[in-house]
Amino acid sequence: MEQFLQQVASGLANGAIYACVALALVMIYVSTDHINFAQGEMAMFSTYISWQLMSWGLSFWFAFILAVVLSFVMGVVIERVILRPLHNAPVLSIVVVFIGLLAIFNSVAGAIWSYLIKEYPSPFPKSSFGIAGVIGPHQLGVVLVTLIVLGLLFAFFRYTPLGLAMRAAAQNPQMARLVGVRVDWMLALGWGLAASVGAVAGIMVAHIVYLDPNMMAGILLYAFAGALVGGIGNPGGAVLGGFIVGVLENMVAFAGNQIEKTTGIYIIGNGEKLTVALIIVIFVLTVRPAGLFGRVVVKRV
Amino acid sequence: MPTEEVVRLRIAHVPEGRGTFTTLTVDENLRIAAYTRRDKAAVNRELERVFTYFPRLQERLQQQAGTLSGGEQQMLAIARALMLGPRLMLLDEPSFGLAPLIVVEIFRILQRINEEEKVSILLVEQNAALALDLADHAYVLETGHVVMSGPSSVVKNDENIRKSYLGY
Repeated sequence: MEQFLQQVASGLANGAIYACVALALVMIYVSTDHINFAQGEMAMFSTYISWQLMSWGLSFWFAFILAVVLSFVMGVVIERVILRPLHNAPVLSIVVVFIGLLAIFNSVAGAIWSYLIKEYPSPFPKSSFGIAGVIGPHQLGVVLVTLIVLGLLFAFFRYTPLGLAMRAAAQNPQMARLVGVRVDWMLALGWGLAASVGAVAGIMVAHIVYLDPNMMAGILLYAFAGALVGGIGNPGGAVLGGFIVGVLENMVAFAGNQIEKTTGIYIIGNGEKLTVALIIVIFVLTVRPAGLFGRVVVKRV
Repeated sequence: MPTEEVVRLRIAHVPEGRGTFTTLTVDENLRIAAYTRRDKAAVNRELERVFTYFPRLQERLQQQAGTLSGGEQQMLAIARALMLGPRLMLLDEPSFGLAPLIVVEIFRILQRINEEEKVSILLVEQNAALALDLADHAYVLETGHVVMSGPSSVVKNDENIRKSYLGY
């Protein structure tokens, strides 16, 4: 039983990370209809920035906040400089640009900080955090931090005029222009916010997966699975989907381990977690393309 | 000049069809319309005044705009334009796809807005009889050319216009 609870708890902690990255993906998707394949690498880069700041002597939380702010700027600049000229470009060109960005971030990070795996600290005190036997200090911290960030984002989109303008611009750009919203800037802001949320995810997960230029590759896949489960066009759904995927992968591995222990037959275990995520992707895309909470969009032509 | 800057000159446009954000609530639709305005007290006053024209919208404040009836959505679109505090309102076929009774109601409200709010209205409308009743000045367009213009009362009584557009 204790083992089961631990698995759920660590699933929730992983799920929190997936939820953040999934939300970043969805934020860009709802306003542009594109999946930013470089989202994970951008988050990785942000994590390196925070690591660099810490190695220059900044405290964890100061480096955290500064890295998130810098990521925001990075997101805005990428949109304005690289994607702005491609607003009317065909989808494939944009996909190629995303893949290019992915490769660039990966190799630039490798060039600056080397491909050697680095340890990354956890800011949560081991003694006073967590619940013994159920959830570890870092896991609890990750869940709390992501919930705070998600809550802040929700409040921003729900209650501020700028948040409303961004939702309006994503829902109907032409109409948004008619009420005076500068839609192009809303897109750039969306990129900035997505990069920031990704940075939070990267910094929170680095202690678990260690810091290296390829740290986000698997996580991006999980996040994508989460976003699809929740409905790729639905931010709240994507967050929930991220948590579902996180818990589900652990549950499947846990069940596999139990079966192996009692019967001695190995069916599925920790090694197949990523496979589970990919099966979820295929399953959702074939059975329910709009996701659990998404709505089917009917377009009038 | 890009659209969003034209709006800042307080020129409001109500596009053809339903000019609303369907997934946002009525309240959000009205608030986003005041996005360019800094004076929040004036916006709240405006909101009150908009409700005197469209009391039905006040009842549906928390409803998603997409779930409103066609007539209510058109009302919301006009209310939204009004929230800009416009000097000029451009309306593209506000009668489009609406029941005749609703159309008459909307035109009556447009007349009140024109007179009480001192907002100039440029109306493009294929329902000639209604449009001529509302307008002070009318232009008749045929395949993109102005074939006749003048005070509405004159245009309305022109024999050719009567025969081809008004049907009597």
